[in-house]
Amino acid sequence: MSKKDQIREEVTIRFAGDSGDGMQLTGSLFTNTTALLGNDLRTLPEFPAEIRAPQGTVPGVSSFQLQFGSHEILTPGDECDALVVMNSAALKANLSMLKKKGIIIANTAGFDKKNLGLAKYANGVNPLEDGSLDDFEVIKLDVTKLVKEALSDSGLGFKDIERSKNMFVLGLLYWMYNRPLESTINFLNQKFGSKKPEIADANIKVLKAGYFYGETVELFSARVTVKQAELEPGEYRNVTGNEALVLGLVAAARKSNLPLFFGSYPITPASEVLHGLAVHKKFGITTFQAEDEIAAVTSAIGASFGGSIGVTSSSGPGIALKGEGIGLAVMLELPLIVLNVQRAGPSTGMPTKTEQADLMQAVYGRNGESPLVVLAPQSPADCFIMAFEAVRISLEHMIPVMFLSDGFIANGSEPWKFPKSDDLANIKVKFEGPRLNGEAGAYKPYLRDDKLVRTWAIPGTEGIEHRVGGLEKEDGTGNVSYDPENHQKMTNIRRDKRDNVKFNIPKQAVDQGAESGETLVLGWGGTYGTIRTVVHQLRKEGRDVSHAHLRYINPFPENFEELLKRFDRVIVPEINDGQLVRLIRSEFLIPALAINKVKGRPFEVRELKAAIESKISENVAS
Amino acid sequence: MVDTVIDNFVKEHEADLTTLPDYHSKDFASDQDVRWCPGCGDYTILKQVQNAMPELGLAKKDIVFISGIGCSSRFPYYMDTFGMHSIHGRAPAIATGLKVSRPDLSVWIITGDGDSLSIGANHFTQLLRRNVNVNLLLFNNEIYGLTKGQYSPASPTGSITKSTPFGSIDHPFNPLALSLGANGTFVARAMDRDPKHLKEMILRSHKHQGTSMLEIYQNCIVFNDAVFEVFTDKKTRPQETIYLEHGQPLVFGKDNEKGIHLNGFTPEVVELGDNFTKEDLWVHDETDRVKAYILSRFFDQKPESGEGLMFPRPFGVLYAEEKPTYDAGVNAQILSAKEKQGEADLDALLRGNETWVVK
Repeated sequence: MSKKDQIREEVTIRFAGDSGDGMQLTGSLFTNTTALLGNDLRTLPEFPAEIRAPQGTVPGVSSFQLQFGSHEILTPGDECDALVVMNSAALKANLSMLKKKGIIIANTAGFDKKNLGLAKYANGVNPLEDGSLDDFEVIKLDVTKLVKEALSDSGLGFKDIERSKNMFVLGLLYWMYNRPLESTINFLNQKFGSKKPEIADANIKVLKAGYFYGETVELFSARVTVKQAELEPGEYRNVTGNEALVLGLVAAARKSNLPLFFGSYPITPASEVLHGLAVHKKFGITTFQAEDEIAAVTSAIGASFGGSIGVTSSSGPGIALKGEGIGLAVMLELPLIVLNVQRAGPSTGMPTKTEQADLMQAVYGRNGESPLVVLAPQSPADCFIMAFEAVRISLEHMIPVMFLSDGFIANGSEPWKFPKSDDLANIKVKFEGPRLNGEAGAYKPYLRDDKLVRTWAIPGTEGIEHRVGGLEKEDGTGNVSYDPENHQKMTNIRRDKRDNVKFNIPKQAVDQGAESGETLVLGWGGTYGTIRTVVHQLRKEGRDVSHAHLRYINPFPENFEELLKRFDRVIVPEINDGQLVRLIRSEFLIPALAINKVKGRPFEVRELKAAIESKISENVAS
Repeated sequence: MVDTVIDNFVKEHEADLTTLPDYHSKDFASDQDVRWCPGCGDYTILKQVQNAMPELGLAKKDIVFISGIGCSSRFPYYMDTFGMHSIHGRAPAIATGLKVSRPDLSVWIITGDGDSLSIGANHFTQLLRRNVNVNLLLFNNEIYGLTKGQYSPASPTGSITKSTPFGSIDHPFNPLALSLGANGTFVARAMDRDPKHLKEMILRSHKHQGTSMLEIYQNCIVFNDAVFEVFTDKKTRPQETIYLEHGQPLVFGKDNEKGIHLNGFTPEVVELGDNFTKEDLWVHDETDRVKAYILSRFFDQKPESGEGLMFPRPFGVLYAEEKPTYDAGVNAQILSAKEKQGEADLDALLRGNETWVVK
């Protein structure tokens, strides 16, 4: 470590460039290296929906933000300390997210006349030259030229040389933040090593060139060290939400000893779940890329009828299409797991931007009285636990379970102290057994146990041949019935069966703060990290504020109402126009207060803190 | 290799029926009252399916009927097998999920012309192109019965129905041409009023490995009575129908006095006698996709007057092709992954490629 190194507790950096500049990969590689160094971290990848949005323009900018630190890090950071901009559009789109006196690392090749024009800077204006960035520390380098020089004797063509320029920037950042190169070198060797060793060599060379550049031009004022975080002892890996979700499903299949059938139709930001599961065939996983969302959900129902764990995935628009199918699973009382990785709506909305606005759709969005279970993970790693829980509950209660993730959780990553297979509980499944020689009369598919759960009777079992369907069922026999009393009874049974799940889930805990008092901040889903950080700060300032985070939303945990009523006021921040808050108000008749934002981005810490402070003072004043 | 609960469960209970019971047709009738209109063509089809079942050589426990929505889709309730009456148009997708995950089962789809040619047309064609090993019985009555008499995608142009009081404008689907266009591997037609042939076609559907598409002309006595009368009435049937048999010349008529001659790619109706003998006629070859397509076009009205048909309507198997099935392919990939990639180690999976230890 050089004498000039500063030590910081946390740092936020942001990589920004054209969609073709490889910023997502650069960010992911920096994240892996940083995780391996033992920092706690959170990431926020942001990219356009277009595969190649018009090059050089502001809508084509792709960025990756990451906060890492030597203490608990729960958000990707509000503003960044360092901003990498590969072209002028990246600067224009991201400058507002840089702290005062922050560092800009600018690729001057992206600030020529053509790029400035594409980014719609006025004619003759170059922000790198006109003094408009005087409040920041600007490090200018012509990455394209430097990379060309580094690879002058590589024999590679212009395209391959141009493609490796993100590695130069990554190398430079590794020098600035004292990170080792090994993990990235290993990655490059694995990715290109066997097939295109010359590409691997070139990228490694450029990575090292970037690293040495920092030293050569003496960027010491920018050099920072962030020490290892004090995490709970154990073995860790880095994981994104969608990765953890895949692992949770595979683990649940293994621990229930059932095959898993995954029917899906590609949609942003849920497609990675399909890609992730498709490689795990040896775990008895079947993935089916269906012709549409409806076939995706109904094929999963078909598999579930046959005794597999039926799973389907999508995002909001696709969930809308699956609605009738989900209703069928409610009626058939078969296991079904529906994954919704939410994005900004309505309609096609903003596919790559995050939102939590499908909660009402999850709870109520089907025809008729159609009760099901709704779960929501609170962080990337929590997707593992909640996916496992979704399968467990669905199998144990013969009921569809909706799993509500969102784009922020799905693409974001964090260190994960992964469990051992032996630490995971088995999920016990029992199929209805055969009846030989007509013993005990005809099988009745809609007889129930004390939790109101019917049996899982799969084809291939002698003597229990039976028919199910979407028409109302007669209690017990499952025969078609239009009897008014029976419909009332069955509607009640389906509701009570769902409500019984509350006795098979953990009680609601207070995450932070007192068990009763003035203010409870209640969140669900991806807002967890931000709310936890804000409540921590408010408590340090002496405020009587607690935080509870719902992961089991429908039904609410057994003790939930009682917990809410121990607080004078409940504030519910959500990335929607007020959905959980409406459920709380209508269910428990309490005047819960709402904080809402729908900008396709998570709450910032300072923004949410200010909003909570103002809610409290308004509430006190009135 | 992962031995799942299902694998074990199925293996365990394979022995439950080492010798098949001596099934009769009535063993396949459930205890539910059949509720179709009196005289509905569905009754005959149900009867022939129940008659065919004992000849499949399968235990009842291994047979599943899946339907969508419509009059015909009530069918599974009347079969004493496993069954699911699902939602409109989606039976092919449900059947795909079931068959892929349970290749040991014999899966039958019951659907109608509204269910599979309108709301479920996407799933219908995708099923055919994938060639999932299931049997699909398409009850075609060229009308919407359960919703009480609107035209269907199979109704001829000009059909006067409740929703088209001035006559329908759109052109109908030709279900067999559609199936061939979707690369179906078994495409056949039967009718409710010829039960013997119908049963034969049901058995052929079962025998075929891959998606078997059997269109069944079915009379709706209430909303579209006699729409197929020209093919079913004893007086007109000989002139208006032709029964296909693999390797046999295409002859028809009351005394087999007519035939189809292929002039290049153009079919012609010819009188047998001085100019044409049986040797000059088109010999049916089930394995010829191009000829099957020509046969599927024996569907159109005479162009000038718009009255009457250009050709007799073919019944029987137009096309049958052995081709790998989707379900077999999926399961082969799973088996090969289990063999090649070795032990499915959950701990290794959870651990991933890069980890670090916090002390």
